[in-house]
Amino acid sequence: MTIKVFIPQDSSAISVGANQVAAKLSEQTGIDLIRNGSRGLFWLEPMIEIETDAGRVAYGPVTVNDIEPLLEQGLLAGEQRHPLCLGLTEEIPFLKNQQRLTFERAGVIDPASLDDYKAHSGYQGLERALTMSSQACVDEVKGSGLRGRGGAAFPTGIKWQTVHDVPGEKKYIVCNADEGDSGTFADRLQMEADPFGLIEGMTIAAIAVGADQGYIYLREEYPHAHAMLNNAIDSAIAANLLGENILDSGKTFNLEVRLGAKSYICGEETALLESLEGKRGVVRAKPPLPAIEGLFGKPTVVNNVLSLSTIPTIFAKGAEYYASFGMGRSRGTMPFQLAGNLKQTGLVELAFGITLNGLLNDFGGGSATDKPLRAVQCGGPLGTYLPESQWGIQMDYEALAGIGGVLGHGGVVAFDTSVDMSEQASFSMEFCAEESCGKCTPCRVGAIRGVETIEKVRNDDDRDANLVLLNSLCNTMESGSLCAMGGMTPFPVKSALEHFSEDFYQPAGSTKSGEQS
Amino acid sequence: MIANTKHQTVLSAIEANQHLEGAMLPILHQIQHDLGHIPSEHVIDIAQALNVSRAEVHGVISFYHSFTTSPKGKHVIEVCRAESCQAKGGRAIEAAVKAKLGIDFEQTTDDGEITLEPVYCLGNCGCSPAVKINSDVYGRVTTDSVENLIDGLLTGQH
Repeated sequence: MTIKVFIPQDSSAISVGANQVAAKLSEQTGIDLIRNGSRGLFWLEPMIEIETDAGRVAYGPVTVNDIEPLLEQGLLAGEQRHPLCLGLTEEIPFLKNQQRLTFERAGVIDPASLDDYKAHSGYQGLERALTMSSQACVDEVKGSGLRGRGGAAFPTGIKWQTVHDVPGEKKYIVCNADEGDSGTFADRLQMEADPFGLIEGMTIAAIAVGADQGYIYLREEYPHAHAMLNNAIDSAIAANLLGENILDSGKTFNLEVRLGAKSYICGEETALLESLEGKRGVVRAKPPLPAIEGLFGKPTVVNNVLSLSTIPTIFAKGAEYYASFGMGRSRGTMPFQLAGNLKQTGLVELAFGITLNGLLNDFGGGSATDKPLRAVQCGGPLGTYLPESQWGIQMDYEALAGIGGVLGHGGVVAFDTSVDMSEQASFSMEFCAEESCGKCTPCRVGAIRGVETIEKVRNDDDRDANLVLLNSLCNTMESGSLCAMGGMTPFPVKSALEHFSEDFYQPAGSTKSGEQS
Repeated sequence: MIANTKHQTVLSAIEANQHLEGAMLPILHQIQHDLGHIPSEHVIDIAQALNVSRAEVHGVISFYHSFTTSPKGKHVIEVCRAESCQAKGGRAIEAAVKAKLGIDFEQTTDDGEITLEPVYCLGNCGCSPAVKINSDVYGRVTTDSVENLIDGLLTGQH
């Protein structure tokens, strides 16, 4: 039996030395390594896996200097004596306790291999979709309960129905792969680990709504995902899974990757469409909805990477199967991303409903430093900061919204007690000022005034009056902005003020983080 | 001579992408990639090819962080300023890099070697804090390891 050795070519794994580890192992053994995607256990990267009769055995985090001792202790035979050995990959609790549907293949398969994708139930969904009417395809998605995983959580099936029902020769499928939320990396991981999943999902979407052209709007910061997607698109075209007359069905769907240009606001769907059309990424007023007048004025489905990557599973296993996971109106699974100051960072895909505490402690392993956790930002840079008293919350869209929180794209960033929440509030405003598209005044000007006002509060310059002003400014931004950028930037600011007010009353000129450095 | 080459690069970027739907960004990306900036004097060529005004092209160039009208340093260092990296000591990394290079964000060292830029998330939040040097991302960096990376750049070992 050929020895199978896996080392991820995921960009996070590469950022901590996976390529050097792979080169060294290759040089020492002459084995052709399989460069898989990551399993999403990032604190263990670079993680080597060896296939054995009992399953894959994992080792990590491996450095170049570990290779020789690992080989001496029987790495290639899957010997488990070395301290870096993690045992069977599938038995690592962080992974074992997940419910992976969207990320079923991530880290398992060779992302560059269409054969490997097919061997792991790839393209079963498309084959089924091709036997169904377009309306039945839309109904399948409705029945699954899938809601947009980009952050807005709009029911995907309803969006598809709208595009399906608009008459028109030309329709588009646009994948929003402009994953700009800090603390999130699930789109990137998915595209690098399982690019065919996204392509298949987009193809099914095209068949369902009658579109013949698709674009993946990918952020420029993801060059590895770019290469992986282009490779997969070429393979799919060669196998008649994209292009004209897909699998002799008479359906045509062409797909192209387009790069963003470092603009956070282009993750907002109408700004994204403007950008794809070659314009400044300025937010459009709605209506008209993109589903009716989207890209180049044509009916357009705009879905996030994770929503589209979940489609193949829904079609292969059925809507009911998918909907059997989750709670309330949040059906299926959510890929949570554990980031920031946690011992165990990475991707956790679970049915909706786990508590934040469960994520932070059971999966995240608690704080990575010797200081306890203090604040957790859920849902990206526009999400609220949650204090410990709220960590019992169940992670679903409605439950979080009920406490003024945001699930968003599933990012969870943990901070220990060294965090200065007035500094974080200031950063939220600064980020908005940096990334605002400039179309509406509350966002464009409000963010700059926000930075200035928080500065005054921190400097004890007429503090109480400026706190009143800051609250009023937040309300103006919230109710007067066109999109979520200006409308939600006040969320982290107000939550910092509400739950961590002591940080705004420090002596002028001092910061907690400043005192430490 | 150099100007001609620049002009030719711009023209070939236009030619290679002009047929695409929404060709503006692909054209600008290719020019930025090939020349390291988008020469203002050739904006008119892009405008003519796409049948838009020069102001519109300029508007697009100035909107996106990726596009610049003047060349950057030989090397570009991007330090992540976003929340996950902040939670893992990103502010200290930021301060160390600025001190080491003697410049602030959006500036280039006097010798033209290094440009320093902020970046808001590299999608590497599972391995924070992160910096990017030219095309390579480095995760779990420390102030020491970043200083070593910069030394490597300056002595040509990178």
